Parts: sequence; C-alpha cells; structure tokens
Amino acid sequence: MEAIMDSHYIRVLPFLFEGLVWTLIITGVGLFFGFILGAIFGLARLSKNKLIYIISSIYVEALRGTPILAQILFIYFGLPDLIGFNIDKITASIIAIALNAGAYIAEIVRGAVYSIDKGQNEAGRSIGLTRGQTMRYIIWPQAFKRMIPPLGNQFVISLKDTSLFSVIAVGELLYMGQQYYGTTFAAFEALTMVCLMYLAITVPTALYLRKVERRLDV
Amino acid sequence: MSKMITVKDLHKSFGKNEVLKGIDLEVHEQEVVCVIGPSGSGKSTLLRCLNLLEEVTSGDVYIEGDNLTDKNVNINEVRTRVGMVFQHFNLFPHMTVMDNITLGPMKIKGVSKDQARKDAIPILQKVGLEEKADVYPESLSGGQKQRVAIARSLAMNPKIMLFDEPTSALDPELVGDVLEVMKDLAKEGMTMVVVTHEMGFAREMGDRVIFMDEGIIMEEDEPENLFGNPQNPRTQEFLSKVL
Repeated sequence: MEAIMDSHYIRVLPFLFEGLVWTLIITGVGLFFGFILGAIFGLARLSKNKLIYIISSIYVEALRGTPILAQILFIYFGLPDLIGFNIDKITASIIAIALNAGAYIAEIVRGAVYSIDKGQNEAGRSIGLTRGQTMRYIIWPQAFKRMIPPLGNQFVISLKDTSLFSVIAVGELLYMGQQYYGTTFAAFEALTMVCLMYLAITVPTALYLRKVERRLDV
Repeated sequence: MSKMITVKDLHKSFGKNEVLKGIDLEVHEQEVVCVIGPSGSGKSTLLRCLNLLEEVTSGDVYIEGDNLTDKNVNINEVRTRVGMVFQHFNLFPHMTVMDNITLGPMKIKGVSKDQARKDAIPILQKVGLEEKADVYPESLSGGQKQRVAIARSLAMNPKIMLFDEPTSALDPELVGDVLEVMKDLAKEGMTMVVVTHEMGFAREMGDRVIFMDEGIIMEEDEPENLFGNPQNPRTQEFLSKVL
C-alpha cells in the first residue's frame, strides 16, 4: 500500500489536478465567448447583406483554415508587437479557444438555423412578428436543440486543444504532467495519468451526448 | 362595401421565370374569393404577394388602402390584419397549442399572458379544439393541426384571411372539419381569399371564383357561372379534368 501511495502515479496527481482546473477554466470561459462569437457570426453568415456575409465568412475560413497552434503563438507572441502591450498566458489561451471554437460554432449555428423549415419563418412573419422576434421565439429555440450534440462535440475538441497551450507554458493539464516528468523522469507514469484525466472528462461527455442525441431523435 | 385588397398590374419573377404576368384584382369587405387553377399557374404566389411573403417585382398591392410596396408602410403591422393559413400548417412544434395561439397577441400586441389565454379559449372552441390547448402539435392529426393554424391566425383578430391550399396536405376524411371551420368564418363575414383545389367549397362558399393559368387571371365570375358556363377554353379544359 505504501508502495502505491509513494509511486509516481499518485505523486503526480496534485500537479495534474491543478492543471486540470486551468484546462477546465480555459475551456469553459473560452467556449462561453466562443458561443457568443459563433452565434453572431453564424447568424451573420445567413445574412442577405453581402458585406456582413463576407466579413463573417473571412473570420470563419481564416480561423478554420489555420492551426490553433499557430493561432495561440500569434496571439501570445505576435499580437503584442501590434497592440503594444503583453497579454497574459491565460487570457491568450482563452482568446485562442474563443476565436477558434467560435469559427466552428458559427458553422454549427448556421447549419442548425438553416435546417429549420422555411415555413416556420413564414408562419412567424405572417402573424406580424418582426425578423428578430421570429428568430428569437420560433427559429432559435428549435435550432438550439439541434446544436446541442455538435456543441458537446466542440467542447471535447476544445478541451483537447488546450493541451497545445503548453507551448507557451500555460499551467494546464499536459504542461503540468510535462513539468513533473521533467524533474522526476517518470514520463510513462505522468503521461498515463495525464491521458486518463483527459479521458475522465471526454468519455462521460461523449456518452452523455449520445444519450441526448437519442432523445432528440424521437 | 369598402375595398379590402386591391392588386394593380402585379408582376412577380423568380430569376428569369415570370410567374405572375400582370394581375389586377379587387376584394371587397366580407367577400370570399376562391382562386383555382392548375399547379404552377401562380395562384399561391399571388396569395403570398398579398402579405408580402413574396417580394413583388412590379405593380402594387393595397391592403385597406396601404400600399405594401411603399417603404413607409410597416409591413409587420399590416400582417397583423392579414391572417395566413398554409398548406403544411407550419405550427410551432416547440410550443403547445395554447402557446402557438397566444404568441402573436403577447409579443406583437403586448397583451398579458392571462388575457391572451382567456382570449384564446373562444377561438379554440370555434375550431373545436378547446380540449387540446395544452398538447404539442405533434400529437395532433393533420386536420386538427390546420384548425390550430386557423386559430393562431384568428387570435390576431385579422380583417382578412388568406388560405393557401389549406386542405391539400390532409387525408381525405379530415378535409371536412377544416372546411367547416372555414365556412363558419365566411358566414361570420370574414374577408377571405382561398387558393384551393376543393371545387365543392369554391362553388358553395365563393362569392367569386378566379381561374388562373400561366400567371394571369384567365376568367373570374360568380361560381354558378364559372363552373356552369365557363367562357375561356382554358377554364373549360381545366374544369373538365377536375370536376
């Protein structure tokens, strides 16, 4: 028993829990803003206004077409040159998740809203609701239901993406594991526990999503 | 009697395809006008131009004197006076029957929830569905759905009702209930424009029947004349097929 308690598998845990907290904070806050961005740009991509459509398309394609690793380096190292002040690591990480996930969520939002039958919009407008009211009371509630499974999927992807922020030494889960084996050389044990911690979040999420999906199906 | 709807030289194109090629039409208060014709004749498009669900390409549509193509006219306000019933019902599936009906009065007219629900009850009784107030549309039959859709329009207290093939998506045995509701409305003096394939309804309830083909009004007359003694060869041909 003492041998187990003294093993690297256990001794690494306090570090990893600290890392996991940051991983969840970055993912959670990042996705909160990512969803707002995604909703705005997703609806903008459905706009008949050419300029709004083009701007939102540029955002979506630029962020989806570049690696998130390049994005975080750009935000953390590149952007300060332009704006003249430094951004702290956590803020940079949250911005990177928000911008990156926002682009993918924009596509989720666009697809879900587009999938709602045109007759719903016509019915709303025909009783005299404005475009905004029709979106708010009729289209969005139906579309949001359809967004839940892909949004859950995006949560899993973004959670894993935060591991890339170890390159700027953000104290997230993977980085904390690396720190541990950097001094103890127990890479196998540390990385095993890191992966198990990711799985402890992602697997239940995936299972839950499958359940939600089945329920939405009927 | 005052003019409820006036259409002047209405043209509507989808891309290069001209669907309406110059429609002139007047509908008076309490009049029931039925529009018949083969599919693709533009009759649904004409109806959808009357509340601007379709933008008009040229020409004018007046609802109680308000020109819908005038940018200063608030189309949302006009639409509260013009109810519309669709072929595929288009009920809001995430809301109960009651919520479908009260949404408009609450959000557009600012009626309180309690008052809107109180107002909805006689409307539901009129369409024979008061016991369905708290169910979701998915549990209703097609005929019931269409009657809810009519109730949803009536809740806005419209002056005009537009019906776009309201019974075409229904099983034959469910058509009757919907037509009964429409007949009651007509008898109460509702101004109605009905695009329909129900020749029986057009003949019985129509004050005037319009036959459309190829984007123009080929013939219009009282139902006895149009059905009994059609003048235009296209009308004769169409009626010989459907009657």
